[in-house]
Amino acid sequence: MHRQEFSPGPVVRRTGQLYDNPEKEVEKIKLTIDDREIEAQKGMNVLEAARAAGIEIPSLCYLRHINEIGSCRVCLVEVEINGAMTLQASCVYPATEGLVVYTSSPRVRRVRRTMVELLLSDHHRECTTCIRNLNCELQNIADNLGIRNIKYTGEMKELPVQNNNPFIIRDYNKCIKCRRCEAICSKVQEVNVYSAQNRAYDTVIAPAFMQDLSQVACITCGQCVIACPTASLTEKECVDSVWEALEDRDKYVVVQTAPSIQVTLGEMFGYPVGTVVTGKLVTALRRLGFDRVFSTDFTADLTIMEEANELLARLDQGDRLPLLSSCSPGWVKFAEHFYPEFLENLSTCKSPHEMFGALAKTYFAQKEGLDPAKIVVVAIMPCTAKKYEASRPEMGTSSFKDVDWVLTTRELARMLRQAGIKFQDLPDGDYDSLMGIASGAGAIFGSTGGVIEAAVRTAYFLTSGQELDVLDYEELRGFSGLKEAWVELKGRPIKVAIAHGTGNARILMERLKAGEQFDYVEIMACPGGCVGGGGQPIFGTREHKEISLDYRHNRADALDRIDYSKELRRAHENPAVKKIYEEFLGRPLSERSKKLLHTFYTPRGELPGFKLGEEKDSHDDRAEEKIPALQS
Amino acid sequence: MKVRSIDDLRSLKEKYYPLIKQRLGHRNGLGLTQVMVCSGTACTSSESREVHRKLEQELARCNLSSSVRVIRTGCFGFCQHGPIMMIHPGEILYCRVRPEDVREVVQHHLINGQLVDSLLYREINTGKKASSLENIHFFKAQERIVLQNCGVINPESIEEYIARDGYFSLADLILNKQPREIIEIINKSGLRGRGGAGFPAGKKWEMAAAQDVKPKYVVCNADEGDPGAFMDRSILEGDPHSVLEAMSIAAYCIGASQGYIYVRAEYPIAVERLENAINQAREVGLLGKGLFDTSFDFDIGLRFGAGAFVCGEETALLHSVMGQRGEPRPRPPYPAQEGLWGRPTLINNVETYANIPVIFRGGWEWYQGHGTATSKGTKVFSLAGKINNTGLIEVPMGTSLRTIIFDIGGGIAGGRQFKAVQTGGPSGGCIPEKYLDLPIDYESLKEIGSIMGSGGMIVMSEDNCMVDLARFYLEFTQDESCGRCTPCRVGTKRMLEIIKRITEGQGEMEDLELLEELAFDVRDASLCGLGQTAPNPVISTLRYFKDEYIAHVRDKVCPAGVCKELLTYQVDAEKCIACGLCAKACAVGAISGAPKQPYHINPEKCIKCASCVAKCPKKAILKGVGREVASSAQAGIFAGAGSQENRPAL
Amino acid sequence: MEPELEKMPDNLEDGFVTGGQEPQIRKVVAVENEKKFQALDQIIEQYSQEPGQLIKILLKAQDIFGYLPEEVQAHIALKTGVPVSEVNGVVTFYSLFATRPRGRNILKVCMGTACYVKGAQELMDTLKEHLKIDEGGTTSDQLFTLETTRCVGACGLAPVLLANEQVHGEAGAAGVYKIIQDCRKGEKIESKKH
Repeated sequence: MHRQEFSPGPVVRRTGQLYDNPEKEVEKIKLTIDDREIEAQKGMNVLEAARAAGIEIPSLCYLRHINEIGSCRVCLVEVEINGAMTLQASCVYPATEGLVVYTSSPRVRRVRRTMVELLLSDHHRECTTCIRNLNCELQNIADNLGIRNIKYTGEMKELPVQNNNPFIIRDYNKCIKCRRCEAICSKVQEVNVYSAQNRAYDTVIAPAFMQDLSQVACITCGQCVIACPTASLTEKECVDSVWEALEDRDKYVVVQTAPSIQVTLGEMFGYPVGTVVTGKLVTALRRLGFDRVFSTDFTADLTIMEEANELLARLDQGDRLPLLSSCSPGWVKFAEHFYPEFLENLSTCKSPHEMFGALAKTYFAQKEGLDPAKIVVVAIMPCTAKKYEASRPEMGTSSFKDVDWVLTTRELARMLRQAGIKFQDLPDGDYDSLMGIASGAGAIFGSTGGVIEAAVRTAYFLTSGQELDVLDYEELRGFSGLKEAWVELKGRPIKVAIAHGTGNARILMERLKAGEQFDYVEIMACPGGCVGGGGQPIFGTREHKEISLDYRHNRADALDRIDYSKELRRAHENPAVKKIYEEFLGRPLSERSKKLLHTFYTPRGELPGFKLGEEKDSHDDRAEEKIPALQS
Repeated sequence: MKVRSIDDLRSLKEKYYPLIKQRLGHRNGLGLTQVMVCSGTACTSSESREVHRKLEQELARCNLSSSVRVIRTGCFGFCQHGPIMMIHPGEILYCRVRPEDVREVVQHHLINGQLVDSLLYREINTGKKASSLENIHFFKAQERIVLQNCGVINPESIEEYIARDGYFSLADLILNKQPREIIEIINKSGLRGRGGAGFPAGKKWEMAAAQDVKPKYVVCNADEGDPGAFMDRSILEGDPHSVLEAMSIAAYCIGASQGYIYVRAEYPIAVERLENAINQAREVGLLGKGLFDTSFDFDIGLRFGAGAFVCGEETALLHSVMGQRGEPRPRPPYPAQEGLWGRPTLINNVETYANIPVIFRGGWEWYQGHGTATSKGTKVFSLAGKINNTGLIEVPMGTSLRTIIFDIGGGIAGGRQFKAVQTGGPSGGCIPEKYLDLPIDYESLKEIGSIMGSGGMIVMSEDNCMVDLARFYLEFTQDESCGRCTPCRVGTKRMLEIIKRITEGQGEMEDLELLEELAFDVRDASLCGLGQTAPNPVISTLRYFKDEYIAHVRDKVCPAGVCKELLTYQVDAEKCIACGLCAKACAVGAISGAPKQPYHINPEKCIKCASCVAKCPKKAILKGVGREVASSAQAGIFAGAGSQENRPAL
Repeated sequence: MEPELEKMPDNLEDGFVTGGQEPQIRKVVAVENEKKFQALDQIIEQYSQEPGQLIKILLKAQDIFGYLPEEVQAHIALKTGVPVSEVNGVVTFYSLFATRPRGRNILKVCMGTACYVKGAQELMDTLKEHLKIDEGGTTSDQLFTLETTRCVGACGLAPVLLANEQVHGEAGAAGVYKIIQDCRKGEKIESKKH
C-alpha cells in the first residue's frame, strides 16, 4: 500500500513551484489597506498583497507555497467582516475585492507584541552567543516591535540539544514551533523526518521519538536549516577545526570551492542575490591562510568524464539503466533509504568534492612531494549533506579521509568576519593551477540540470565527435521541478530526465518503478540544485528577510552567466583534466579511477533506527566488508 | 426484509406499533407487560446489566417469560437515580434498582400487582413519593422532542425506530422532494447548529450543496469532549437511528454518498449501538446502494476519537477522521468548501442531526413554534454539579436558568446557596445569580459572557471557589490545546501560571490586570474556537466574581475555603476536650497542647493535610475563616468519597 | 475485538523487557511477541484498505500490546506507509494512547468538572498515597497504573473511578478500597493458574 492512497492529506501538493509564472494573466482586485486603496492580484493573501504595496507585515511561520498555516499569529491584522473588526492571520486570509484591512492599528500592535512576547517567554534567549545572532527572524521582530521586557514569564523548557551527528544540530529550546522545517521536509522534500509530537505546551517538532537526525531516515539536505527562522536548526559548525588546521604549521591545507559558492558568498556581505564574486572568493581564501585554493569545478569536469563514460558503457551493455546521477549526497542518501532497489543504477562516481579530496591526497601530493597525511582538505560547500558524506567510512582510505572538513557558505563568511577581512574591498584573485582550471560545464553543476547537460554534451562529443545543440526540455506533468528530454547518442534516442527536490525525485522514481523507461536521470536533493543547498546563505536580517525561497533562480542564472563567459565550456576540453588522465589516472574508468573516484552505496531502509521483521537481512555490515577491498 | 418503499415502512410500523403504543400510555390489548431497563452509560455503570440479567432469570423461574418482556432502552435522563426501570402498562418508574431488588419487583409488582414502595422516587424537597413520570417534577417541566425516543424504544431495534415513524421522512424526501426544497424547510425551521456557535444549519447545508465537486462527505461530530456534557452520548445510546436518518437526508441534499460518524472511543456503548444500527440499516437497505429503489447511494463509517478535546472543532475533527493529528486549520476555506480529502464536507453535531427527522415529522411550522425569536426548537442540557437532580434534560430555547436549576434540577444540593452556573463547558462562562431569570438562547448567553456550547451545565454553590474553578477549566483547555498556534500553546500556559499563583496566595494585584489583558489577547488572536474561548471562564469570573480574586490576592483568603494554600486550620477552644488525638494524628507535629487545655495548631508547620480533622471526635477543628469543617466538607469535595477526612479509613 | 485477539494472553508487561530474564522465558516472550505482531498485521491488513484508519489501527494495536512501544509504532509505519514521524505524532497527540507499559489494572480517576467538584482530586490523592505511585505511574509489582481521564459522561455519579474501563460511581473510600482488593484478588487467582 502506498502512502498517498492511505492518508491523502487535505493539503494540495505544491512541490516544485519554485518560480511564479510571470506570463500568466492574473486578475486584479482592489482593496484598502491602512486607508490606502491598493491593487493586488486575485488569489493573493493579505500579507503578500500588503507587501506588494510596500507594507511589511511581520511574519514567522509563513513560507510561500511551503508553509501557509497561520499558526504563529504574528502577522495578525484587523480585517473588517460584516462591519466588525476581527483579527485575522494575514498570511492565510485571502485578499478580496473591497476588503478593508488595518495592519498597524493599536489593537494589532498590542496583540502582535503579546504573541512575540509569548514566543520569547519560551525561547532560550542566548542572542549574543547564538549562531543566528543578527540573522534571526525572531530577534528582528522583537526589535522591530520594541519589546524591551517580557511581561509574561513562567516555565521555560529545558530540552536536549541534539548534536550527535556531523551535519545538523537541533536545539529544541530555540524552536518556536513555526513548523517550517516540518513543511519543507514533508511537502517539498517528502522525506517526512519531522512531525509535531505531543500537544499543548509540550509540543515539539521532532523526528519520531525525538531521535537524533542520525537515527532516522534523514537525507541531511539541510533544507530545514534554511527554513528555520531561529537557531533551532543549524549546521554543525567546524570553523574552529579549520582554524586549527590553518594554524598548524605542520599541515598543508588545501581548499576547494563548490561551483555555487562563487554566486552565493557575496550575499553574506550585502551583494544582491546572484552576484558573481569568484575573484574575491579566491583572494579571501588566500588571506585566510589556505596553502592552495582550488576549485571543485575542476573535479566536476572530471566527474563528467567519468560519468559520461559510465553512461556510454551502460548503454553499450544495456545494463543498470537508467543511470542515476550521484553527485548530490542528499539524493544518494534518499535513494539509500527509500529506493534501495535502485542503488545499482546510481552512478558509482563519487561526488566532485570527494574526487577532489582523493586526488589531492594522491595525485597532488605526489606532484608536490607532500606527505598525504599532512594534507588537510577543506571543502567550501553549499551543503550540509556534504558534511555527512565526508564522514562516510568509504570516503577515504585507511590512512586518510578524502575530505577533512566541509564548511558551508555561511561558515566561510563567518570565518572571514572573524579574520577581519573586508570582503567588499578585496581584489580579485585566480585559482591555483593544477586543480583550479575548470570549464563552464563544471560551473553549471551547481544548479539543476547542469550535470546531465554537461555529461550528455561530453558523451555526445565522445561518440560523435560533434558538439550538441541546446537540449530542449519539456516539463513533466507541469512540475517545474521535473523535466525530460530526448537526445541521440550512439545512433539511438536516449531519454533523459532531471528532478530537483527529493519530492520531485519521488515522483520520478515512482514512474521508474512503474516501468517507465529512462536512460539517464539527474537528481539533485535540493530544490534548484546546489544554489538552493542547505548550506547557502539564509536571509533573516532586518534589511533582507525573505518570505519565500523563490530567490534561488537568481543564483542559477549567475552560474549560467559564468558558463557563458568562459571560453572553455566543455569538460573534455579542460587541459587540466586531460593532463590528469595522461599523468595519473590513465583513462576514465581505469582501475585507478575506480579505486579513487568511485564508490558504492548502502541500503539503509526507511526506519534505520529499528530492526524490524522486514529488515532482518540488514545491509549495514556491507560497508565494512567493502572498505578493505577498496583500500587494498 | 428489504425496505424499498413507504409501504414497506408502513407494514413494519404496523407490526411493531402496538408495543410502542403501550409504552406511550395506551392500552395495546396484547396482554403483555413490558419492563424497560435503562441501558445508558450511567445506569450500566450502576449495574443495570446485572439487573436485566437477574430479571430475565427471575421471570423464567416464575414462568412469566411469555407474558412479560424485558427491554433495554436508552437514557431516561434521570441518571442520579439509576438504574432506572419502568414498567408498562402503568408507566411505573422505579429508581436505584439493585440486582437484589429484582426478586421483589417480580413478586410484588409483576405477580401481585402491587407497587414496590421502596423503589419509588421521592421528591427531594417534599419527600413525596411519585410513581409515574407525570408526577415527577423533573420530567414534567421538560419538553422532550429530540429525546422523544430515549427511554421509549429499544435502541438496538430498527423496527421500533420505524414504529416511531422513523425513516418515513427520509423516504418521503428522497422520493418526493428536491434537495433545495429540503434545505429551504430547514432554513425555515430556524434550526441552528447545536455544537456550540449556533451557525444556521440550513446555511451550512446550502454551502455544501452549492459546491460543484464530487465526491462530497457528510460527517457527524460525536466527539463530545466538554467535561460535564453527555447529551450526544445519550442520543447515540438511546436513539442511534435518528442520527443515521438525518445524515442520509443531509447526504441526499448535498449530494454525498459517504458519511462518517466521528465518535469518542471512550463511549463504548454508543459505539456498539452505532455499529449495530448501521448494520441493521444496511441489512434492510436503508443504507447502501439505491435507497428506496432510487439512484441515491449512501453509507456510513465510524471513525474514532482517541481522547482530544480539540477534535470537537470541525477542522481538527476532519484531520482526525483522516487519521492525522487533530489540529485545526484556519478558515476559510470552510469544510463545506474543502473538507475531508479536500472535498466539500458537511459537518453537524449529533444533536443537530437528531433535530432533523423531528422537523420533518412535525413540520417546520410546528418546530419553529418552539424557542425564542432567534433560537428555535429545544435544547438538551446535561445538569451536573451541586444540584439535586443531575441528569439529562430537554427544554425549549428561552427557558430560564431558574426553571432548569430550581424546578427541574430540584435546587442546590444540601440546601446550600446557589452561586453560579457554568454553561458551555471549558469554552463557556460562569453566570451569576442575577441572570437566573434570563431566558436562555444563543444570543442571551453570549451577551452575558458565556456560550450555549454543547449544553453542559454545571451548577456551583457557595462552597465552590470561582478562582479555583477558572483554574480548573484553564488547566483543562491548556492541556487540550493542540499546540499549533502561539496564543493557545503558550498564552494559556502563562494564564494558568498566573491563576495558579493567585490560588496559591502568591498573586499580586498586577497579576489580575496581566491575567485579564492576556485573556483578551488569547481570545482575539487564537486560531480556532478552542483558543478563542479558552479564556471565557477566566474572563467571566473576573467579570462577575472579581471580589473573590481580590480576596485571594490582597487578603490571601479563599472565601469558599477551597484553595488549600489559603486555608488555616484552627482548634475551636470551646469544643476541644483536649483528648490529644489530633496531635497524635499530625504527621508534622504542628499540634501541641496540654491536658485540659485547648490544643493549638501552629500554622507555620501545618501542611493542611486534615488528618486531625478526621480524628477529632468533637469536630472541633475549623477550617478557613471560622467556618465549620463539617459543613465545608462540601467545599469542592464530596463528603463521602475519598476526602481527606475519610482517608484513615483506607 | 477480533476473536483471534481474545485468545491472546493479556500479558501487559512482557515483550520488550528482555534484560535480566532467563533465556528460556525470553524465548516464550519472543514467540508471544511474534503472535502479537501477527495479530497486528491482520489488523493492519483489515483496516488499511480504507483511508484514514490509522487511529483505529493504533487503538487495536494498543488492545494487543497493552501500550504502543516504539517498535510497534515503527512496524505500523512501515506496513501502512505512513511516515513514522507522523505515526508518533498521532500517538503522542491523543490521550488514549500510552507509550509506556501499563499495569494489569488501570485505575483512572475522572477529572471532569462534575467529578472534580465532587472530590476527584481527593480521590486521586488517596489512591496515590495508597498505591505509592504518582499519577501516570505503575506500581512496582506491575499490578496498578494510576491515570486521570477526561469526562466519561457519568457526571450524575461523580466522583467516578474507572477500574479497567468499568465505571464505579460515587467512589467513596471504602468502595475504592474494595475495588483495589478485588483487583488484587483477581491477580492472585490468575497467578495460581499460571
